[in-house]
Amino acid sequence: MAFNYDQYLRVDKMPTLWCWGCGDGVILKSVIRAIDKMGWDMDKVCVVSGIGCSGRFSSYINCNTVHTTHGRTIAYATGIKLTRPDAHVIVVAGDGDGLAIGGNHTIHGCRRNIDLNFILINNFIYGLTNSQISPTTPQGMWCVSAQNGNIDPTFDACKLAIGAGASFVARETMLDPKKLEKVLVKGFSHKGFSFFDIMSNCHINLGRKNKMLSAMENLAWIDSITVPLKKWEALPAEEQMNKFPTGVLREVEQAEYCDMYEMVIEAAQGKRGKITQDDFAKKI
Amino acid sequence: MAREVISTGNELSALGAFDAGCMFFGGYPITPSSEVMHEMSDLLPTVGGKFIQMEDEIAGISVALGASMAGTKSMTATSGPGISLKAEQIGLAFIAEVPLVIVNVMRGGPSTGLPTRVSQADIGQAQYPTHGDYASITLCAGSLEECYTQTVRGFNLAEKYMTPVFVLLDETVGHMHGKAMLPDLEEVKASIVNRKRFDGKPEDYRPYDVPMNEAAVLNPMFEGYRFHFTGLHHGPTGFPTEDAAQCQFNIERLVGKINTVAAENDGLDDEADYEEFMMDDAEVCMIAYGSISRGAKEAVMKLRNDGIKAGLFRPIVLWPSPAKKLKEIGQKFDKIFVTELNMGQYLKEIERVMGRSDFGTLHKANGRPIAPLEMVAKVKEMF
Repeated sequence: MAFNYDQYLRVDKMPTLWCWGCGDGVILKSVIRAIDKMGWDMDKVCVVSGIGCSGRFSSYINCNTVHTTHGRTIAYATGIKLTRPDAHVIVVAGDGDGLAIGGNHTIHGCRRNIDLNFILINNFIYGLTNSQISPTTPQGMWCVSAQNGNIDPTFDACKLAIGAGASFVARETMLDPKKLEKVLVKGFSHKGFSFFDIMSNCHINLGRKNKMLSAMENLAWIDSITVPLKKWEALPAEEQMNKFPTGVLREVEQAEYCDMYEMVIEAAQGKRGKITQDDFAKKI
Repeated sequence: MAREVISTGNELSALGAFDAGCMFFGGYPITPSSEVMHEMSDLLPTVGGKFIQMEDEIAGISVALGASMAGTKSMTATSGPGISLKAEQIGLAFIAEVPLVIVNVMRGGPSTGLPTRVSQADIGQAQYPTHGDYASITLCAGSLEECYTQTVRGFNLAEKYMTPVFVLLDETVGHMHGKAMLPDLEEVKASIVNRKRFDGKPEDYRPYDVPMNEAAVLNPMFEGYRFHFTGLHHGPTGFPTEDAAQCQFNIERLVGKINTVAAENDGLDDEADYEEFMMDDAEVCMIAYGSISRGAKEAVMKLRNDGIKAGLFRPIVLWPSPAKKLKEIGQKFDKIFVTELNMGQYLKEIERVMGRSDFGTLHKANGRPIAPLEMVAKVKEMF
């Protein structure tokens, strides 16, 4: 029997604002199936989004939803999660949201390793505002804010997340929704900051100006720049730099922020001594 | 029983928040407000409350707003440059009607200005901290006791009107150290206001479907009442809309729930919106607020020693201004003297309300307090 999305959606708000063929809808459905697999009570789920096409993501899901300002998703979500550590918090941001204006919060969300599920919908462009370069726009592509072609070097979002200390980091594309669902379930099950770099298309505002006029052409390009991690590792260095490895790139057990905060409460209430360096294996 | 404590303004503001039921603090260090944060990091976990120092000012308010959305009483503290950075999130708090107490310990500006020196130059900023139309509630503490009581009041007003509330301290009041008599804790607890809740069926819940001049009814998250927070214009359930009538209604309601309500009820609550000092037989009315109102009181006494019957009017609620009382003063007094640690930010409001501008004034923006004798000399020039 086909999966029934209706119980998870605000069906009266359909259709979405997204363009025909946009990957956001595929990601929305994958997230819903992953929530279903997790068996979460939707009253205990919160979806937080930012600004841009992905900003509308939260409004379509029938749970506790927050559409924040541009780039500040993780900071708002941190307040929600710290207040209610029992809640399941999913954060959705675009590449401009999460890597440009909100880059600082991405870094520190990863560093704290707070139990948020951060989904970066990476379509390589500011789509909603008509095609300005984002931190992930490849060099040499043409955008309205780079009239002579983009010279800005490209951001590898997963390297940032790993470097900043996220304990679960994965990259997938929306080309294979089943695979995407699986990796989402894996990250949702992980305790700590789960970072998903999900590559998606914007044939309207990236493709149109860069010889990928249809969704299919944009998707074929995404397919051509991604390769599963194992295969990527076997590639020679000069080929590695032009492919993004997909799959789970990091998965480690690491103290989670809300858990660590319990130590603060216990120390303040005299149930234990003050927190010292002896409480941590890592001293520096 | 009243409590005698020896403390500072910043620490008493934190204690006021704690006693008011604040369970979340998010912030970022900034002089001269940091002691509020230090104290909260000590107090909150003793009752299981959450404290977090964030990566920047913007995150400091965002995390606090997230906590308030989840249903807890929440605050942040900063100084002028921090308010500038937080401005966009304050706008979201206005339109999404998220209660929050924002303590601003004022220092000299613009920009980095005079970080360790006193100023009252954020009065205009507190009225209009962010873009768009809305009405702000701003309280201003003039003593150690008021750092405590006005912070408690800030929480009560934030919960009642579902809005961010500014509690202004200036550097002098914030760092003042001394004895304070705090109100009885049981009395404080009895005065606490909690945001309204909807207890009907979840499917009937429409948090923003409220009459003109009333505040949204926002239930805590995760209790079965699902809705949508957004900084966009929104309809009854919080879902975005561009409907012209709805958008116009939203803004009229946001402004009206504070300005119209305050005008109709002569204030936002039952507490004092201003203090009158030696005003009964006064012939000249001095107007001052915050730390320099203390010097103004001394000036009143000195002037009286010199045979000039002076009095002091000290507004506590700066926004919305105590217009009815200001108007009365404007009609009653021939001689009015206004002094502020800025170039006349509240003077504009006094002129607007009184409909006149023939005041004696003394305004400074050099980071130094104004000495009572300077005020005395200026007042004497009016005779």
